Amino acid sequence: MAYALQQLINGISLGMIYGLIAVGYTMVYGIIGMINFAHGDVFMIGAFVALIAVLLLQLGGAMDGPAAILLVLLASMAVTALYGWTLERLAYRPLRGSFRLAPLISAIGMSIVLQNYVQISQGARVKPLEPLVRGGVEVMRDGPFVVQFSYVQMLIIGVTLAVLAVFTLLVTRTPLGRAMRACEQDLKMAALLGIDTNRTISLTFVIGASLAAVAGTMYLLRYGVIDFYIGFLAGVKAFTAAVLGGIGSLPGAVLGGLLIGLIETFWSAYFSVQYKDVAAFSILALTLIFLPTGLLGRQEVEKV
Amino acid sequence: MSTSTPLLEVDRVTAGYGAVQALTEVSLHVMPGEIVTLIGANGAGKSTLLMTICGDPRPRSGRIRLAGQDITALPTHAIMRHGLAQAPEGRRIFPRMTVRENLLMGAEALTSGDPTPQLEQVFALFPRLKERLSQRGGTLSGGEQQMLAIGRALMSKPRLLLLDEPSLGLAPLVVKQIFGAIRRLNAETGLTVLLVEQNANLALRLAHRGYVLVTGRIAMEGSGRALLARPEIRDAYLGGGVAA
Ligand SMILES: Nc1ncnc2c1ncn2[C@@H]1O[C@H](COP(=O)(O)OP(=O)(O)OP(=O)(O)O)[C@@H](O)[C@H]1O
Ligand SMILES: [Mg+2]
Repeated sequence: MAYALQQLINGISLGMIYGLIAVGYTMVYGIIGMINFAHGDVFMIGAFVALIAVLLLQLGGAMDGPAAILLVLLASMAVTALYGWTLERLAYRPLRGSFRLAPLISAIGMSIVLQNYVQISQGARVKPLEPLVRGGVEVMRDGPFVVQFSYVQMLIIGVTLAVLAVFTLLVTRTPLGRAMRACEQDLKMAALLGIDTNRTISLTFVIGASLAAVAGTMYLLRYGVIDFYIGFLAGVKAFTAAVLGGIGSLPGAVLGGLLIGLIETFWSAYFSVQYKDVAAFSILALTLIFLPTGLLGRQEVEKV
Repeated sequence: MSTSTPLLEVDRVTAGYGAVQALTEVSLHVMPGEIVTLIGANGAGKSTLLMTICGDPRPRSGRIRLAGQDITALPTHAIMRHGLAQAPEGRRIFPRMTVRENLLMGAEALTSGDPTPQLEQVFALFPRLKERLSQRGGTLSGGEQQMLAIGRALMSKPRLLLLDEPSLGLAPLVVKQIFGAIRRLNAETGLTVLLVEQNANLALRLAHRGYVLVTGRIAMEGSGRALLARPEIRDAYLGGGVAA
């Protein structure tokens, strides 16, 4: 019981990270109908920018307290957003209107480019970081087993919920969000109403990349070890989350992320840590076969 | 008519998609305050013409001017901020947005910030929309969707309204309602309208002038009455007992 509770806490905090990345997949898919295979690597960039920010702050002796962490988060979001924007401008926009596979191939290419770029500029060795947030709260004790809710996990859950709340308000309540939804539902019509659709698409990449940066920063704080390759697995899992939740659906992406995080955690705890990644891949395959529209995939109501 | 500059001037425009050339050297004009209709068979290029005016697809040659200003090279979103609005073929209502949100999207190109007066105008024209403000666009009936498509186009306070087959698939009573609304808008606010229709009989009765498009070329033009009286028009577009 206590063991399961611990897994629940671990699974939710991991799932939040996947959910944040999954939102980026689903947003881009929603608006231009492509899977941005480089999005996992954008998450990796976010983690590296956060690491560099931490090291710079430590160098200046200012890496201390919540304000410093907030600074790291904002720095990572800003720089990673620029990467997202550039990615779209350089690798996807020129291919718009080209054959359907073209941007997908370009995305795979960009994924390789980003990995190699980080591998060369930052080195291939894993980058460990001293834990910045230590300790936690003892939730429950069962004999020798102590259920810990660590401060990092609280931070992950708190930050993710806050970021998702702001994001939800932006999408559902502001004119900007309305324009984004319009582009997602009918790009051509949005242009006919005077919306600069290229700008909205850029914005989608910028927002998706900043959410991935939040995920990257949280990943760094939680695991303390990153390398140029972390984007691949995290990307596949977040993509699975997006598909499981129903690609195109924003709440679906978050729900899918939580489920993947929980399944992976419980799978590792009760079956096999070695094969933990198999769980995510199996779910991807099963979803695509049996539930291609996902859990919250839309039921079409359009009349023709 | 008058000697003032046309509100819309399409000047020898050729356009198409890939290998398909849908329009060949099309020229037409619409004077301020006019209702002009464009009729033609399926695939003649009517929708392509309306979309080309809006910059999508872009003309391969020829010029398009709005109130004398050349808009040929502008991107679609910029063109739509020049006092032009379109209720396109298939209505293209945002299905997962409410009626209210759909209308507010129409106000994106509104230069003055407050959309309230435009909303009131749309409700006066189509009271049905007011009753359905929080209903999702995708769940509206066909007639309601058409009203919403026109209402949304009116939200930007356009000088020129482009309408693509507003009568398509609608019951005669609803068609009558919608055509009545177009007539009223034109008479009361001086709105200029370019109307694409398959229902040539109705359209030519409503319009001041008309053009006939045949496989991408303008084949005939004239006043609504004159075109209605032409035997070729009767044979080609008014057959099959279209009720007045
Ligand atoms: N997106 C497109 N890609 C390629 N060809 C197209 C496209 N849209 C239209 N066409 C072609 O261009 C020609 C003109 O089509 P258009 O839709 O303008 O005709 P229309 O007069 O509006 O017909 P309808 O009355 O059926 O709406 C047709 O031959 C059509 O097949
Ligand atoms: Mg058409």
